[in-house]
Amino acid sequence: METRTVRVVVNGTAYEREVEPRRMLGDFLRHDLDLTGTHYGCEHGVCGACTVLIDGRTARACLTLAAQMDGHTLTTVEGLAGADGTLNALQKAFAECHALQCGFCTPGMLMTLTELLNETDSPTEAEIREAITGNLCRCTGYQPIVAAALLAAQRIREQRAAAPAAQATE
Amino acid sequence: MDISDLKGAAAGDMRYIGKRVARTEDSKLLKGQGSYVDDVHLPNMLQAAVLRSPHAHAKIVSIDCTAARALNGVHAVYTHADLSGRARGRAPSMLPNPAIRFERTQELLASTEVTFAGEAVAFVVADTRYIAEDACGLIEVEYDTLPAVADCRDGLLPDSPLCHTDAKDNIVAHIEMGFGDIDAAFTDAPHVVEETYWQNRGSAHPMETRGYIAEYHPTNGELTVWSSGQAPHHEKKNLVELLEWDAEKLRVLMNDVGGGFGPKLPFYPEEGLVAIAAVALKRPVKWIEDRREHFLSVTQERDQWWTVRMALDTDGKIRGVKLEMVHDNGAFLPWGIITPYISITTTPGPYVIPAMGAKLDVVYTNKCATSPVRGAGRPQAVFAMERILDKAARALGMDRAELRWRNLIQPEQMPYDAGFIYRDGSPLRYDSGDYPACQKAALERANYTGFAERKAKARSEGRFVGIGMASFVEGTGMGPFEGATVRVQANGRVVVITGASPQGQGHKTTFAQICAEQLNVPLETIDVITGDTGGISMGVGTFASRVTVNAGNSVYIAAQAVRDKMFTLAAHLWKCATDDLVLIDGHVARRSGVEQRFSYAQLAKISQGMPGFTMPAGLTAGLEETKYFSPAQSTYCNGTAVVELEVDRETGHISILNYVMAHDSGKLINPMIVDGQVIGSVAHGIGNATLEWMQYDENAQPTTTNFGEYLLPMATDVPNVDVVHLETPSPLNPLGVKGAGEGGTIPAAAAIIAAIEDALSEYGVEFTEAPLVPQRVFEKLKAAGAYAR
Repeated sequence: METRTVRVVVNGTAYEREVEPRRMLGDFLRHDLDLTGTHYGCEHGVCGACTVLIDGRTARACLTLAAQMDGHTLTTVEGLAGADGTLNALQKAFAECHALQCGFCTPGMLMTLTELLNETDSPTEAEIREAITGNLCRCTGYQPIVAAALLAAQRIREQRAAAPAAQATE
Repeated sequence: MDISDLKGAAAGDMRYIGKRVARTEDSKLLKGQGSYVDDVHLPNMLQAAVLRSPHAHAKIVSIDCTAARALNGVHAVYTHADLSGRARGRAPSMLPNPAIRFERTQELLASTEVTFAGEAVAFVVADTRYIAEDACGLIEVEYDTLPAVADCRDGLLPDSPLCHTDAKDNIVAHIEMGFGDIDAAFTDAPHVVEETYWQNRGSAHPMETRGYIAEYHPTNGELTVWSSGQAPHHEKKNLVELLEWDAEKLRVLMNDVGGGFGPKLPFYPEEGLVAIAAVALKRPVKWIEDRREHFLSVTQERDQWWTVRMALDTDGKIRGVKLEMVHDNGAFLPWGIITPYISITTTPGPYVIPAMGAKLDVVYTNKCATSPVRGAGRPQAVFAMERILDKAARALGMDRAELRWRNLIQPEQMPYDAGFIYRDGSPLRYDSGDYPACQKAALERANYTGFAERKAKARSEGRFVGIGMASFVEGTGMGPFEGATVRVQANGRVVVITGASPQGQGHKTTFAQICAEQLNVPLETIDVITGDTGGISMGVGTFASRVTVNAGNSVYIAAQAVRDKMFTLAAHLWKCATDDLVLIDGHVARRSGVEQRFSYAQLAKISQGMPGFTMPAGLTAGLEETKYFSPAQSTYCNGTAVVELEVDRETGHISILNYVMAHDSGKLINPMIVDGQVIGSVAHGIGNATLEWMQYDENAQPTTTNFGEYLLPMATDVPNVDVVHLETPSPLNPLGVKGAGEGGTIPAAAAIIAAIEDALSEYGVEFTEAPLVPQRVFEKLKAAGAYAR
């Protein structure tokens, strides 16, 4: 069997694996690295449940080949909480706003919104809705997800305002 | 932004019930630590793939698996010829009904005839899913194609092709039912309105597809099956029958499940196939469905054709309603004829209807089977009734809200016999509810009286805005029962075990709230176990908005029994009366100033007895009780939706401006969770009204088999929903609860499409279909001359 070598950093941990050229990134994460938080909902790039960050940008793990990831840095849902398991601001807001029910689309939602909140600290409701059009949710009707993103953005702004010196030294 | 502005939340001094308690389920799901079926990785596990029929109807001439079996990494290829015993037969029949003339359920693998595109023909087990799919491509099946039944109306014609070649016709069931003197109602009626409606509901499309794992333990003969389903005990029952297995050695587990909404409830062939393969190969076998397979093989609701005639008096009072409905059943009956039956019996809604006459034809077609999808046939019924009321209002020149108002069942008429026999076999008797208050609340919140002014203003700006409304009554919380075990463990923690497994509804939080309230302990000390047939001997499952009524009340009763047991034990130990005892934060204490306390942990240890010592008289073993609550009949939830929207006349595109959902599901245990259920189900209804259309061509070939062709609502398609809660407690169960998971979906299409019609009222176009997609709005406007210069 022909294989390719993939050297990749996922959530801060370096991995090296031999993969079949046709192996999809989602299968690689889920089955080879046992990072099962990234979900497959459609396997044709529409539902967004498999969204991960590749070098900080969102991508579909169901449409990306694992072999393409050689030399790249990935973040998955498992990389969002603190090392001690503490939920980050976005995750906390999701719980407070009841922004998840079955939880299956949630990892992809979180990754898309992570990218948005990295890009803008004051997204409007319309911008949030637009940002998550590539993530389907069948449970929540999106309303609490939007509420959670607004709440998280507000908290992140407040944190930054409260600790400007610390941020400047980073 | 609040999820909703909660109205009418429970008062009183309750600590947990009625409170917006954060969910205990969330933390692990937010960290990617859920345990959905595809997350379960067992050592030595094999992966499976299914070869499906590409034809809607064909005879199987031959199947050649030689090349597939020879492929490196393939462990087994199954066709019908490779099955044995009971597994060669058809899936167990669910919900038999004497009205069914020709009962037909699916084979695990088709033997001689395929009857829908997507029917399973072969099952491949290999080292990886990739290899299993490669092998599917190597199986050669020779088919002799047959004419297909594509349109359910055509299926009734005498010269129609047959869906099943061994049947004499395509009629699953013909049912006539009614009440009152329907002929008299129409004789000399001052007004009669009539219309024909077409409705198509697709599938539920939970974001997690189906999936199953089976593991056989040769050392003790046990078989464990993990499933992404809605009813573990139901699945177990089917597997026990098909595999001819010892029920004591079969366990079904449902860990986290990524949504269900109905179609994960029936039995599917793959459940049996993974188990058969795991036993034969003595290795765990996993099958995970892909989305295309979900489109092809998971139950839908699809087409219903309705003809509705309504007779009214001059004052707008309904005299009677005649219904004729044809239901596109698909090729099999995985869940009886429940969906169309519910459709018919939902039509009376909140209105006084003295007489009804209904004729229902359920028709086999060469398509995927149908079974309940969130709302379960009710959205179609509400569409038929509410759209004919809109038409009647026009005919009478009466305001739409006023016409409805004049026909509403009044609260003092409760309990109210609507006339039909409901699906649970008992008379359709509404137990409680204040329908006028609900309609009034919704209209007021939507500022209905100010709408004419808003419409005129918008029109002066060249914009087309409209308002629509629809109300429903929904039978929820039906039996037969659900059960719960409540147990105080020796470490003081409390375990609640129930057979009602969740798919995202927050059962664990809701049940913990109910239990915590009875035992007066912090929520954090309660563990709720669901989705394990090893945990409790009997269960029915999560569907039909029945769990809080059935399982919730079981938890309530079982927790009270455990509390009483602790009192009895403590009273025995202290030689005091039980009414001298009180529960304080995980302890039983004395009321009468005596400083004595037992922790629950101490009592639990004592209750387990000492080896060789006799239990004190009147005490039974353990701080544990199992109770099964069986409701006497369904309890009826109700609601009213009022939708204001704008239509882009040039494209037919709609933008929802305001969506009010007044909803009465009885006592709210956790208003945050109920809001989530209502808002989510509204979104589902918006999809049904404007986007979701499961299409087949004239040969019954499905033509919408991915999310590019079949559209689910996106975040930009749904508005913020304004939920207004009314709380009329059900008199039929101790908690006073009713179902809440489907109400938002039920009136959505009727209200939205009424609003579109109202927005375009100056063109006189009428919309009689759901979904109503933009191109159809455009076509109707064009035909009405809207674009003529």
